[in-house]
Amino acid sequence: MPVKLDPDTIRGDFPILSAVLHGTKPLVYLDNAATTQRPRQVIQALVDVYEKQYANVHRGIHWLSDQSTDLYEEAREKARAFVNARQREEILFTYGTTEGINLVARSWGDANIGAGDEIVLTEMEHHSNLVPWQQLKERTGAVLKHIPITDDGLLRLDLLPSLLTERTKLVAVVAVSNVLGTINPVKEIVRQAHSAGAVALVDAAQSAPHQPIDVQDLDADFLAFSGHKLLGPSGVGILYGRHELLDAMPPFLGGGSMIRRVKLDSFEPADLPAKFEAGTPPIVPAIGLGAAFDYLNHLGLDAIHEHERILTVRAHEVLSAVGGVRFLGPTPEKKGGIVSFTMEGVHAHDIAQLLDRQGIAIRAGHHCTMPLHKRLGISASARASFYFYNTLAEVDLLGEALEGAKRLFRRK
Amino acid sequence: MPSNDPAEDELYQERILDHYEDPYHRGHAPHATHAHEDDNPLCGDVIHIDLEIDPAGKVKEAFFEGDGCCISQAAASMLIERFDGRTVDEIKQFTAEDMLSLFGAKLTPNRQKCCLLSWRVLQSAIYSPVGGAEGDAAKGKTCR
Repeated sequence: MPVKLDPDTIRGDFPILSAVLHGTKPLVYLDNAATTQRPRQVIQALVDVYEKQYANVHRGIHWLSDQSTDLYEEAREKARAFVNARQREEILFTYGTTEGINLVARSWGDANIGAGDEIVLTEMEHHSNLVPWQQLKERTGAVLKHIPITDDGLLRLDLLPSLLTERTKLVAVVAVSNVLGTINPVKEIVRQAHSAGAVALVDAAQSAPHQPIDVQDLDADFLAFSGHKLLGPSGVGILYGRHELLDAMPPFLGGGSMIRRVKLDSFEPADLPAKFEAGTPPIVPAIGLGAAFDYLNHLGLDAIHEHERILTVRAHEVLSAVGGVRFLGPTPEKKGGIVSFTMEGVHAHDIAQLLDRQGIAIRAGHHCTMPLHKRLGISASARASFYFYNTLAEVDLLGEALEGAKRLFRRK
Repeated sequence: MPSNDPAEDELYQERILDHYEDPYHRGHAPHATHAHEDDNPLCGDVIHIDLEIDPAGKVKEAFFEGDGCCISQAAASMLIERFDGRTVDEIKQFTAEDMLSLFGAKLTPNRQKCCLLSWRVLQSAIYSPVGGAEGDAAKGKTCR
């Protein structure tokens, strides 16, 4: 059994969580699916590098460069362990999930996808796992297919076999929906993709921060996530790629670092992982991300997941009690710590603005999932999303603030 | 941005909520000569405006239809109330700044877009005769 987390103790590690807004309102930060906050341990790691050990990596024949390079490569090893990849060469530093997916679309996609080849996505994808494939379709004439969802936000897995054909080259799915919170059966989807002879990519932006990941167990070919959604700095992310695929793929961005040798009219690419890390990489963000992995490992991903489940269950109870709330997505046991909703008579932006006046930060809008919102028949929704430092008391404050919003708008 | 700032507290004041909950001329003008519709794709707010303009350039009737946040809908109601019975020339002279002062409450740059949506639609509507290419396109959308 996972150890129970005590958010009141943990919160001491996060300086920003003691902020007071608008003079009197303690910050209630419920926008963690957009980005999380950072503990002192991560902030201090950034300060330490800049104050004591910073230089460019893999270049200088001097002590500082060696220090920076060691720390940067240590962070890669921590990322490898975090996703349980076989080799450190399978871990690429990107600027985030978006770059990771674009790298695969540009490099693997351009080399392997032709006119009429099929790519299977889902109706619940974030724009970052839709647009790169639409661009690939424009370049190559590929065909895009989408696994439908049910009205309560579950994938129609029963329809996947009928979408897979001998032309299917790729299945790319989100592990946890950033709106519905749905935890998708990724392992089963990867299994079916492989049976059809297709490659499988997992968008783990909303799952990596909240539950353990094992790329070997999932058998994923590519898996991408962002550092800033799991306590790390913005501007760094991880792309895991299966060694033989990365090895066969052409480089993505060209420039320094990604080459072995350059002549005036040609180049030879470097070995993995440098082949995909052109230019000066996000050195300090990557080192900060390493510190974030340490922090998460110390708490334990299972304990984090369990705590968020408790918060999500409470949020469903509290919001149901307000009345007039429509939840997007499945019941709490089938999802992560994301609660998206609409409220009768109150637009999502007005909800967010009114909650802000109580010091509560949530997201409102389409959350980069326009097709999903169209599927649900709405143009915008409000979203509260939790992390391990959120408390049940904060969830109750959310409910009270929504009561207030409802009173303001339903005066008649 | 402190919300104890009186300007911020004005955002959901009675006058604005009244326009939102009991809007002026929500619906369609039965004899519209001009119409236009637009949205803010990022937030999903949408406004459609119908105008009946007589040969002398007077707005005989103005109606709006739409969907979106309190600010976008209340602002549209205020704007339609302001120009129902006025002239096309007066509409042309009405600037974005004027629209923000008509709304009254102080808005952050993000929410100014909500307020200015109906103003943009009105400025286009006077150039979009119903039956013209643009007019047809505008009328074809249903709003909601």
